[in-house]
Amino acid sequence: MAVETLAPVEGGTGLGSGRGRILSSLRHNPLGIAGGIMLLVVVLAALLAPVLAPYPPTEVHFDTPFQRPLTEGFPLGTDDLGRDVLSRLLFGIQTSLQVGVLSVLLAVVIGTPLGLLAGYSRGFDAVISRLTDVTLAFPFLIIAVGLAAISGPSLSNAAIALGIAQIPTMIRVVRGETLRIKESDFVLGARTMDASPVWIMLRHVLPNATSAIIVQATVIMPVAVIGEALLSFLGLGIQPPTPSLGIMLSDAQQYIFRAPSAAIFPGLAIAAICLAFNLFGDALRDAFDPTNTTRK
Amino acid sequence: MLQDAENILEVTDLEVGFGGTPVLHRIGFSMRRGERVAIVGQSGSGKSTAIGAILRLLPGSGRITHGSIVLGGGTTRGEVEDLATASEPVMRTIRGERIGLVPQDPMSNLNPAMRIGAQVADALVANRTTEGKPDRAQIRSQAVALLAEAGIPGAERRYGQYPHEFSGGMRQRVLIAIALAGKPELLIADEPTSALDVTVQRQILNHLQSLVDARGTSLLFITHDLGLAADRTDRIIVMSEGRIVEIGTPRQILLDPQQEYTRQLVAAAPSVATALDAAPLVDPTAGAPASAGPERSRSILVVENLVKEFALRGRRGSTIRAVDDVSFEVERGTTTAVVGESGSGKTTVARIVLGLETASSGQALIDGESLTDTRGAQRRALRRKVQPVFQDPYGSLDPTYSIERLIDEPLRIFGVGDRGSRQERVAELLDQVALPRSVAQRRPNELSGGQRQRVAIARALALEPELLICDEAVSALDVLVQDQILTLLADLQDRLGLTYLFITHDLSVVRQIAHAVVVMRSGVVVENGSVNDVFDHPRAEYTRELLGAIPGAAFAA
Repeated sequence: MAVETLAPVEGGTGLGSGRGRILSSLRHNPLGIAGGIMLLVVVLAALLAPVLAPYPPTEVHFDTPFQRPLTEGFPLGTDDLGRDVLSRLLFGIQTSLQVGVLSVLLAVVIGTPLGLLAGYSRGFDAVISRLTDVTLAFPFLIIAVGLAAISGPSLSNAAIALGIAQIPTMIRVVRGETLRIKESDFVLGARTMDASPVWIMLRHVLPNATSAIIVQATVIMPVAVIGEALLSFLGLGIQPPTPSLGIMLSDAQQYIFRAPSAAIFPGLAIAAICLAFNLFGDALRDAFDPTNTTRK
Repeated sequence: MLQDAENILEVTDLEVGFGGTPVLHRIGFSMRRGERVAIVGQSGSGKSTAIGAILRLLPGSGRITHGSIVLGGGTTRGEVEDLATASEPVMRTIRGERIGLVPQDPMSNLNPAMRIGAQVADALVANRTTEGKPDRAQIRSQAVALLAEAGIPGAERRYGQYPHEFSGGMRQRVLIAIALAGKPELLIADEPTSALDVTVQRQILNHLQSLVDARGTSLLFITHDLGLAADRTDRIIVMSEGRIVEIGTPRQILLDPQQEYTRQLVAAAPSVATALDAAPLVDPTAGAPASAGPERSRSILVVENLVKEFALRGRRGSTIRAVDDVSFEVERGTTTAVVGESGSGKTTVARIVLGLETASSGQALIDGESLTDTRGAQRRALRRKVQPVFQDPYGSLDPTYSIERLIDEPLRIFGVGDRGSRQERVAELLDQVALPRSVAQRRPNELSGGQRQRVAIARALALEPELLICDEAVSALDVLVQDQILTLLADLQDRLGLTYLFITHDLSVVRQIAHAVVVMRSGVVVENGSVNDVFDHPRAEYTRELLGAIPGAAFAA
């Protein structure tokens, strides 16, 4: 009797494999591609800020304040102290992304294990979920502002405050995934092989929850970027003269009518970063979703 | 355009494509008025696409690219129409009024937020032939009559109930009532009973058949079960991969198939095999192999007075007995099947044996020890003796693992061997389940259902267990693949001296693979004995009912 024919084995990871499928799904999503390209531009701008910026971000030109965009030597104009807006913008994006990445890392590193525990064990769930509920009762920014006010203004403190404020949502997401995955047959199968709870959590639940965690990270990221801008705007985040998008906005509001461009560009940058992450995150979520088969 | 005025449906050279990929390749068949025709095929054979084309309800990017579907003119109403080119407004009058559909899944095809009666009334209003404002009282009495005709007891009283208050079989009857509301000349039934238990399936089909006969309706019956098709229809169309393989009467198809594919299908169909008295895969009279020495008892698994109660949610103190005082023994080296319909408690028994649930009282002893009572090293040793194969090969394999990691996971958990020796063992196991070694680096989603189930079996064998618990291990598979997996299991039992506890709802599979059988109903063991005894001389009324419900039994002679 013939065994069912096997699709060709040679050729390595075809489109059927996990990574290949995700990449091909991303390729067929125009909004996702747009988001990905924007993201790439933003990240490159941040990384190459020292090379791209025409001036050091804190260099003042007292003879040329409030230059309009497209003036000779200052493509995006200057602010009240004659600092080049383009240079400050590039370094500002760098700072904002730094804060964003740090706070996301914090939320993932602390939120994921707590979420796994809460989802897997009823005992832990009672404690962790109640605490999560309490934290979620406060608006996210209030917590961040409160923590930043207590710990004092600095880049790392702002990142920590924003990260902590995002932990509860991360716990929720990971807990939900864990509850779903632990009911699957392959986890039951692992239990019949005498796998320990830790084994199951780390080797089965976590890998299967990774996509949800990555997607949630892309959701947290723009929130953290906006949060940083807000904390800096309130004077609780990064301290001048270090450039950050929030500081630039906060400074620019004093002379918004004389040089609106000094506020418009950082505002646009924040919008672009958020849009890029949101689009890319949406595309990632679709790509990871196994029920969403791309029909051509 | 109709070649024979007696024909209700003529499909000629029909070609359907999904976005450029052809799915149906020039199929053609015709149906006479009042005839019952079955389309039989495995999943992916194109049978659902064919009815989608007839109703012009193809999903997604599906298009009819060639051919014609001619619906014969009714004697009372309607004209001869080519459904392949008919306009959408015309199709709307045809659907429901001239062609009725009984869909597959009674659970999802009724609106859960709408009363049953209102859903039938809706169909009546939509298919109303007379103009003018509908008379509510009249519609209502018609709907009640339809429900009663579809076999719903107390239709008047149940008119105002919601779908969740109906069982699966009753819901299917409601769907039949809706399909008949427009008094169609042609009724298409798409796997109408595959989600139902066999005894319910038989009741529903008997009823459907008498309804169709009484009304003179033609029936196009879509199914994957050759035995069912043979029992219920005048002609069978066998489809595979978008082509019609063979058309013939049930007798021709079952007893004298012309095509190789049909022969394979007939040979593999468990219900037909049972009916035709084909040789089972195992020798049902075989006792325990000689290797079982005197120091080991003959029974590897002893289930004693097992009881499992579940607390009912929301009602304090009230419980439901899923398993009620179940006792049986499984002899080493043999296969014992636990058979029952949904809700019979068979899966709960399997889960208790596997130690995934704790028994309320009684015990399941494997070589004298119970998984729920042992701890630590003793429990670990016991685990190695019992391994499961689950029903759904899509859910039981972690999609993020490669096949190699999946199979060697139990070895890693138990710390058996080093990397090299584990790799060798995986290759050996793949050989045993007849999979090429090259699949080791692939992931489960790259394999077919049957291949995945082979991987699941290979993994279960990794620890060299003595007892395999197969929980509906073949019910999610197409019949040809199912047959291959059963053969593999029988073959492995032969070579490795394995014992199987085989949980299934399908009595015909039991005859093929089991030595002993335990029939369960509502948590209680109804009958228990050797396969030959139970099949040839059933003592319990329920067992007789189950055996009678196996489709294809009429061809036993």
